[in-house]
Amino acid sequence: MTRCAALRVCMTLLASACLLLAGCAATPSRIDPLEPWNRAMFSVHEVVDGNVVKPVAQAYVKYTPEPVRSGVANFFGNIEDLFVGINNVLEGNGNRAGDDFGRVLLNTTFGLGGIFDLASMMGIEKHNQDFGITFGKWGIDQGPYLFVPLFGPTTVRDGTGTVVRAFLGPITYIVTDVPVRNVIYGIGYLNQRAQALDTEGVVDTAAIDKYRFIRNAYLRARRFQVYDGKPPPEQDDEGQ
Amino acid sequence: MIRLPAITALVLGLCVAPAFAQESPDALVKRVAEDVLTTIRSDKDIQAGDIAKIRQVMEVKLVPNFDFVRMTALAMGRNWRTATPEQQKQLTDDFRTLLVRTYAGALSNYRDNTMDYKPLRMNPADTEVVVRTEVKRSGQAPVQIDYSMEKTPEGWKAYDVVVAGVSLVTTYRDEFNDTVKSSGVDGLMKALTNKNRGPAPPPPVK
Repeated sequence: MTRCAALRVCMTLLASACLLLAGCAATPSRIDPLEPWNRAMFSVHEVVDGNVVKPVAQAYVKYTPEPVRSGVANFFGNIEDLFVGINNVLEGNGNRAGDDFGRVLLNTTFGLGGIFDLASMMGIEKHNQDFGITFGKWGIDQGPYLFVPLFGPTTVRDGTGTVVRAFLGPITYIVTDVPVRNVIYGIGYLNQRAQALDTEGVVDTAAIDKYRFIRNAYLRARRFQVYDGKPPPEQDDEGQ
Repeated sequence: MIRLPAITALVLGLCVAPAFAQESPDALVKRVAEDVLTTIRSDKDIQAGDIAKIRQVMEVKLVPNFDFVRMTALAMGRNWRTATPEQQKQLTDDFRTLLVRTYAGALSNYRDNTMDYKPLRMNPADTEVVVRTEVKRSGQAPVQIDYSMEKTPEGWKAYDVVVAGVSLVTTYRDEFNDTVKSSGVDGLMKALTNKNRGPAPPPPVK
């Protein structure tokens, strides 16, 4: 009887060890501890985006004349430049921030509210910068990777940056008429989605596993940005 | 390894190779990139979204300047040595096809952009260099594209492309590693073949 019980315990232990191992094999890595959840969200995203958002974005690209689209992209890009500048200040990049604020000043006035990117034509380069990068430079860890439907790849740190950015408006505070504001938001979202169409086509052709490909490319690109284009070599035992 | 049509190989071998045998890696990158971009911009079929035509241009102009065996070996990492020579050859061919297909799609996106070539600092004795370039896009921050190049008897060849800090080889190392881990080298070969058999990328809407 006791032997039988012992055997049963043994068997149970063995079975759970097997389960654990099997679990481990499918268990996500350190960078993506929420992988099963994220993959589910990615599937949701693929369905909703593929059936609704993407076709709308494609129609937008197809039926809107290029000068109009470029004006829309410049308008929203100009607002973003303000926050690029703020983040460059937070990171201590005075010269870059000067360029960014110069761009905003020039494009908002002579560029008719940002519709024309005169600054780029004059050789004042646009920069990539956001709160996620600033937090990274301050030494804040990126935390778990997240895939958010209709938003895309992010991390806890970068997502926090996006929320901070969203709170700062400024469209929320300037445009008080709710329907008008919603239209502006809608166009802004469409503009972003349309800009991603090209890259997405490339990922579709390139990736064996689209979810994994996007995650790894996203995390590497963010690392590159946090280290200002000079990331230390990755710890990786597979290299040659 | 690289199967070019015989006539192209002949033309390349007779005219191009001797003329550019001493070409520096940055000059090579610039010449090839400008050549490809000029063709893409001027060709009516490509403008209309003919991906097959872009691939043909790539086969002739780009493929000879890449070392696909090394790219595949790097992307496979430690799994490369566990593959048989036949598997290695098959993997290299499939990976090459996949990259050509991917690049054909990516290049057609870049046709409205201009390239900026950074000056290269190298010693005459160097056999490995990184050539840095930038794609300028209107209304967006420029994208940095770096080519890792090696010196071979046939001139300089690229073995990795790093776009905005994302290395092609490293990205595929993750892809290949995970696939080999879950379904072995055979599984990876099957995945690559299936991927290549899939529908060609849709022409960009513009």
